Amino acid sequence: MKFSENWLRTIVNPPLASRELADVLLMSGIDVEAVEPAAPACENVVVAEVIEVQKHPDAERLTVCRVNAGGAPLTVVCGAENVAAGMRVPLARAGARLSGIEIKKTKVRGVESSGMLCSAKELGLAEDVPGLLLLPVDAPIGTDIRNYLELDDHLITIKPTPNRGDCLSINGIAREVAAITGSVLKPVATPAVHAASSDRIEIEVEEKSACPRYCGRIVRGVNARAATPRWMVQRLERSGSRSVSAIVDVTNYVMLELGQPLHAFDYARIDGGIRVRFGYNDEKLTLLNGTEIALDAKLLVIADARKPLALAGIMGGKDSAVTLDTGDILLEGAFFDPAVIAGKARELGLSSDSSYRFERGVDFAATLQAMERATQLVLEICGGTAGPVCEASATLPLRKPLRLRRARAQRLLGIELSNQQIAAVFRRLGFEFDAHGDDFIVTPPSFRFDLAIEEDLIEEVARVHGYDKIPAEQPSARSAMLPATETHVGVKTLRTLLVARDYQEIVSYSFVDREWEIDFCANEDPIALINPIAAQLNVMRSSLIGSLVNCLKLNLSRQQERVRLCEIGRCFSREQSGYRQDMMLGGLAYGGAVAEQWGAPKRNVDFYDVKSDVGALTRARDIRFEAAHHPAFHPGRAARIFVGGAQAGWIGELHPRLQQKYDLPLPPMAFELNLEIIASRKLAHYLDYSRQPVVRRDISVEVPQEVNIQTMLDSLKKRAPKIVCEVALFDVYRGKGIDSDKKSVAFRLLLQDTHKTLTDAEAEAAKQQLVHVLQEEFQAKLRK
Amino acid sequence: MEKLENIVQEALKLFAGIEDAAQLEQVKARYLGKGGALTELQKSLGTLPAEQRPAMGARFNAAKEQLEAALGAQREKIRSLKLEAQLTQEALDVTLPGRGLGTGGVHPVTRTLERMEELFHSLGFEVADGPEIETDYYNFTALNQPANHPARSMHDTFYLDDGKHLLRTHTSPIQIRYMETHRPPIKIIAPGRVYRVDSDATHSPMFHQIEGLWIDEHISMADLKGVITDFVRCFFERDDLKLRFRPSFFPFTEPSAEIDMSFGDGWLEIGGCGMVHPNVMMNVNIDSEKYQGFAFGLGPDRLTMLRYGVNDLRLFFENDLRFLTQFNS
Repeated sequence: MKFSENWLRTIVNPPLASRELADVLLMSGIDVEAVEPAAPACENVVVAEVIEVQKHPDAERLTVCRVNAGGAPLTVVCGAENVAAGMRVPLARAGARLSGIEIKKTKVRGVESSGMLCSAKELGLAEDVPGLLLLPVDAPIGTDIRNYLELDDHLITIKPTPNRGDCLSINGIAREVAAITGSVLKPVATPAVHAASSDRIEIEVEEKSACPRYCGRIVRGVNARAATPRWMVQRLERSGSRSVSAIVDVTNYVMLELGQPLHAFDYARIDGGIRVRFGYNDEKLTLLNGTEIALDAKLLVIADARKPLALAGIMGGKDSAVTLDTGDILLEGAFFDPAVIAGKARELGLSSDSSYRFERGVDFAATLQAMERATQLVLEICGGTAGPVCEASATLPLRKPLRLRRARAQRLLGIELSNQQIAAVFRRLGFEFDAHGDDFIVTPPSFRFDLAIEEDLIEEVARVHGYDKIPAEQPSARSAMLPATETHVGVKTLRTLLVARDYQEIVSYSFVDREWEIDFCANEDPIALINPIAAQLNVMRSSLIGSLVNCLKLNLSRQQERVRLCEIGRCFSREQSGYRQDMMLGGLAYGGAVAEQWGAPKRNVDFYDVKSDVGALTRARDIRFEAAHHPAFHPGRAARIFVGGAQAGWIGELHPRLQQKYDLPLPPMAFELNLEIIASRKLAHYLDYSRQPVVRRDISVEVPQEVNIQTMLDSLKKRAPKIVCEVALFDVYRGKGIDSDKKSVAFRLLLQDTHKTLTDAEAEAAKQQLVHVLQEEFQAKLRK
Repeated sequence: MEKLENIVQEALKLFAGIEDAAQLEQVKARYLGKGGALTELQKSLGTLPAEQRPAMGARFNAAKEQLEAALGAQREKIRSLKLEAQLTQEALDVTLPGRGLGTGGVHPVTRTLERMEELFHSLGFEVADGPEIETDYYNFTALNQPANHPARSMHDTFYLDDGKHLLRTHTSPIQIRYMETHRPPIKIIAPGRVYRVDSDATHSPMFHQIEGLWIDEHISMADLKGVITDFVRCFFERDDLKLRFRPSFFPFTEPSAEIDMSFGDGWLEIGGCGMVHPNVMMNVNIDSEKYQGFAFGLGPDRLTMLRYGVNDLRLFFENDLRFLTQFNS
């Protein structure tokens, strides 16, 4: 909400500068978004009357004017097209300053000019309105324009929190300022308007809980074409509200002043009385802004005997709106249950000042006051004859008394408070209360919709007392040592490990392009968002690989040649009972195995480089890789990763099809691991080890190409005699000297007895046993 | 005997001039070897009268020792010259870069989160976690925000196509999940990603939050101010930072406050906080007459921006290596 500081000061005027006043609001909990001057600086600009206009002798487009600014007439050269004798306009005298520029007495094409007649733009009051700013003909000549137009004003924009609907009016803000500063509140008088006619409107409220109060008043014979007074136009404009027509302006003005949204119907458009009811499913209503909406049983409407007239509390209807030809009006003031209005405007894609206030709660005890105020203004401006206020009331919201215990307040806030201090706060806020020793029984006022429990009152006390008076203290409380689970490797450790292995961590959006899900996960049915921020960010990712590849692509486009990325984030997939949302750790390596450097051969990163990173992450404990197919990976270069028997993730080289589609010059290697699975670790337990010498034997065999190393190792380990304490692969060779369908594989055996030195014969026998295993199971041929 | 003296002097002089080991040994043979000058002269000892022989013999031995010693010294000298030459030859350009893998780096916001966790951990806060796809109940209702509460409009929420779930708009649901399974004293922080339908230089549709919650019998608003003030000063490593707690509204705290940090001439909002609302405690069956405490939500992205002078939030999620690697030193 935007408002004029001067307007506020007519109701409450604390001895504070504009900025200080804004700070008072801010520190009372009303967010101040902006404080800006109503007009830029100008001095020595006065109201002047144009007495005579003559053509400039030497310039086609200029005129020479004689103007009266009080004192001797002045000659001013003017370039405006709308200049005419008799008009009153702002004159910047010689010596005036406009936005920092000095206006000097000067010759314009040979004619001396003692100043400048100003447009609204030149005064900084409007963006681009052509011609001189016309002032009313009664504007007192010689008056400083700043005084006359009240330019020494500030526009303050506030954004009260949703619980403080009571601050959405000048009156409400003033009430708050008075409470905080202790200044006197001088509310506008709203005397009851005498009903000069007995015209009554029949009101039937069918939905009494949705509309506990409805007031209507007929005013006949108004002049809808009357001009809105300048002061009202100015206050409306400074509140960001454009002047429409006198009657509409009055309803808007009273809403800004008192916080009560009002509506004026063209009475001639109403058939019979007013009915407040929910909409019917087949009904349609065209609103003031031209939108036609389909009504339903959840939308409260103001209707007459035949048709809906307005969307209650949200927006009036087009057909029943007042026009310049309206003669009789029905003025409406009502209280609608916030729960009935809340969210409706948003669902309909509408927003109105009215719904904004009703959904936050409007003072139900001040409906009449607003009706009287509006009637008074309508009669003043448009004339007419007012009938009595007709009212239909049901049960209004109850304001249950609340108890505030001083001890509770002190304990919650951590400060000492006296009963006097608490009482003073409630008095300032205008709350009715009874003090019983250290207990206060408080009845919240009708304009507050946010006071329901003791803590709400405690907040009021803290707020008015001042949050800054609560000290910042070191808490003293029970303290217990925090657990440090050794069997769980923290994410920080894993991240540090990847960083040490040259990976750069990224953080990318959890919502991705649907196409990535299809490309990298073959996920045709991803979890979709109803309202994505952009069409290409419309589904939740089930894998980090798409994000990693796309981040790679971005960095390649920015001239990087070697990219190594990792990310730790959740991935999302459906499961029977809802969604799986596991924390995953993904990595991608692209380009050189190491950064281009002087002493290392140039070689691109490959599967086994990245496999070693994965091994490091899992501390190489109980990890297995099984060839498998994954939509993102090359079918012959991908593996499922198992850690401790559980499937932990995937590793692979990007599928050449995707490499091509995503326009990547080289194939990236990527992996993805479930953080929870790789984070678990066994607690170490010491085992005694043999001190006997270790004997080494190597086995070198030729086996068919397709035999995989893991299977060979598994068999060797399973069938090795007890004295074999280690079996490891140390060489694989394909190529010259080996049949093309074969490969040469070399294993190292370490042998050791627990309590004696092994003999050559024993070692040889063990080796032979394992050679047999290889021959038997894998058609191995021993190499010499 | 002058002859002996001459031979010794001549040999010593020769030895000292030789810088090659093999040559030295050849020259040695010319004096001490078979048929060498000294050997030959020694043969003439036999021609001397018997009484002179012992004295002369001693002189010969002394001369031999002298030559051997000189040879030894010269050999040593040659060795060390050779070593010196070898070492000079082997010298490396130590300014050549080291080989192998470099190191990467953590994301700047991660670094902030790690520091925050560390600071709060030092005060006894444990880290809690929760899902990012949430239900309406945990994200709103349990946090005292029933359907159509105007406060819901403060968060523009992403909804899933199942019509039931949403992306959490804050880390506060973790409070509820944690309190459902733990009894006071409760002292946790919960960092994580959160989502709101918003995107410009200061808003990202995905960003980070860190939630804090401390419930015990006497945890007060003064304690809340103390913990937050302490944290901010430790995080920025500045004792003179000023904080301002400004009354505000969150459905799940009462009283509530925005936290502003002094920055230049003005203030910058870095988070929200307040005393946990009794309705929230009721929703998780904690007796709000007995227990009370505070909750806060801080913006790690904003803190990272302030800490490192980053001026556009979107840079954090664009992941341009030219940006990210600036934080790796």
